[in-house]
Amino acid sequence: MIDSFYLAWRYIAFNRIKTLTLVMCISLVSFLPFALKILLKESEHQLMSRATTTPLLIGAKGNSLDLVMNSLYFSKEKPNFISMKAVEKVMSSYLAMPIPLYTRFHAREYPIVGTGLDYFEFRGHKIVNGRAFAMLGEAVIGADVAERLNLKVGGSILSSPENLFDLAGVYPLKMKVTGVLQKTNSVDDKAVFVDLKTTWVIQGLGHGHQDVKKIKDASNVLSRSEKSITTSTKIKQYTEINLENLGAFHFHGDPSIYPLTAIIAVPQDEKSATILIGRYLSEQTNQQIVRPKRVIEDLLGNIFQIKAFIDAVVLIVAIAMVLAIFLVFSLSFRLRQKEISTILHLGCSRSTVIQLIGAEILIIVMFSGALCFSALLVLQYFQGEIVHKLFIS
Amino acid sequence: MINIDSLELSYGVDGFRLSIPRLKIENAEKVAIIGASGSGKTTLLKLISGIIKPQQGLITIGGIVINKLSDVECRDYRISNIGFIFQDFELLDYLNVQDNILHPFRITKSLSIDHHVRERMKRLAEEMGIVDKLKRYTTNLSQGEKQRAAICRAMVTMPKIILADEATGNLDPSNKIKILDALFQSADKNKATLIAVTHDHELLERFDRVIDFKQFCGVGAV
Repeated sequence: MIDSFYLAWRYIAFNRIKTLTLVMCISLVSFLPFALKILLKESEHQLMSRATTTPLLIGAKGNSLDLVMNSLYFSKEKPNFISMKAVEKVMSSYLAMPIPLYTRFHAREYPIVGTGLDYFEFRGHKIVNGRAFAMLGEAVIGADVAERLNLKVGGSILSSPENLFDLAGVYPLKMKVTGVLQKTNSVDDKAVFVDLKTTWVIQGLGHGHQDVKKIKDASNVLSRSEKSITTSTKIKQYTEINLENLGAFHFHGDPSIYPLTAIIAVPQDEKSATILIGRYLSEQTNQQIVRPKRVIEDLLGNIFQIKAFIDAVVLIVAIAMVLAIFLVFSLSFRLRQKEISTILHLGCSRSTVIQLIGAEILIIVMFSGALCFSALLVLQYFQGEIVHKLFIS
Repeated sequence: MINIDSLELSYGVDGFRLSIPRLKIENAEKVAIIGASGSGKTTLLKLISGIIKPQQGLITIGGIVINKLSDVECRDYRISNIGFIFQDFELLDYLNVQDNILHPFRITKSLSIDHHVRERMKRLAEEMGIVDKLKRYTTNLSQGEKQRAAICRAMVTMPKIILADEATGNLDPSNKIKILDALFQSADKNKATLIAVTHDHELLERFDRVIDFKQFCGVGAV
């Protein structure tokens, strides 16, 4: 009876630190290229799936990648703003349906996306609980937001201040959750959707406060004329919008110049898309129109170029590691010459010695394989999150 | 019966040369080999066990010419018929005492472990006074305990020939007697031939015969 695996196991268990180091080295070298492949495949999937379903994007001139990343994945890049006039422009062209986006604010770590109800229809999203936003201050939240913040219809979520040290900043707005989106496995799961006007209220372009005509404390009235009343900042500002104070909310200035970060343009057909693109190219304008698919393809092209470089580095590291492991094994066998000669002296055949060493190597490789496989499974499980954090947000 | 005839072996830069014209050792005989260091006592044990082969001459054990066997046949013969107690024990540090004793069974197809073998291993360990150390690694044993574990390993296969290279060299006087008794008892039980290299002259009277390696300077039958 030859107990190669038993003896090999005894050796490995006795020299556990050496074995563990070897296992870690082999696992890491095996893990790296596979992990890279998984992450890149997932990033390609995540980036492309959304880009291909968004035909055209209009935004301020500047970095087109920032515009696409912000509008499609609500990333932290902040493109320059365009105004509501841009929506009118697309609308009046009759070439595409405009879906405005304003993604400047956050509620905790979740982006607040100011848009219209067309957005849900365009993305094919369904509201599984509750209803869509219908008035100022109402919000529809993504499935992950609902799950992580344990929010339900009827609950509320506060917008986060842009800058904690901005003393003149606007008050956080308490938004009422009216609906929860079905899980979509996209960034929309991690977003808070509100009407555009709600985002302008968060920005301070619109606000609500107690009726100045009914102010009893005279010290709060700085001046009073037939046309206007000027008050001090002591008057009560509403930080929540409800049916009682809805009427008190109003906007200042020209709504046509209110800001947006982008417009998703859904053309009637390919011809309309080409004409619309042509118009933006030929005009002297501070706006740009992009096909998100092309922008993402360019980005992926760069990523895959980097991947080829990383692959080469991993290959060189792997060769170096294999040589190092070979050296470790050969030095180990040299150190074990006495042990091997003992086994031979006892009457063990040379083929059995090779079998014993082979069993040791096999166990180490199996352990490394198992560790690498487990790590890849974990990576696969979290690949969406990791890719989102690494490449998108 | 072990029969050595016209054996010649030489090696090394120092010109070591062993020449045994004739040597006969009967079955179940207990032979002590004495001689100066470097005279070839250990080499003789290695020749008998087939670990090394002579340049000339024949070593016959029970009618089988050991030095004419192929490498594989020689190893099979050795592991099944010869128990070797090495001078420096040659125990494996990654195995506990029990696994070291049973080691010969795990490295060949010709032997297998069953409950009889395990019983024998325990009995031998008891006789050698290391039964409570069976689960210990050899790095945690004293020199004497290592020696006893090595003796157990050599005897657990119930060999026909026991070759002991300074088997009692690391033991205190009381243990020496005890271990030698166990060795003799085991050899008697299996009707095994015992060939022991020793420097302990007070033990020599217990052997059937003493071979002094000085005589191999001359020529003749022993």
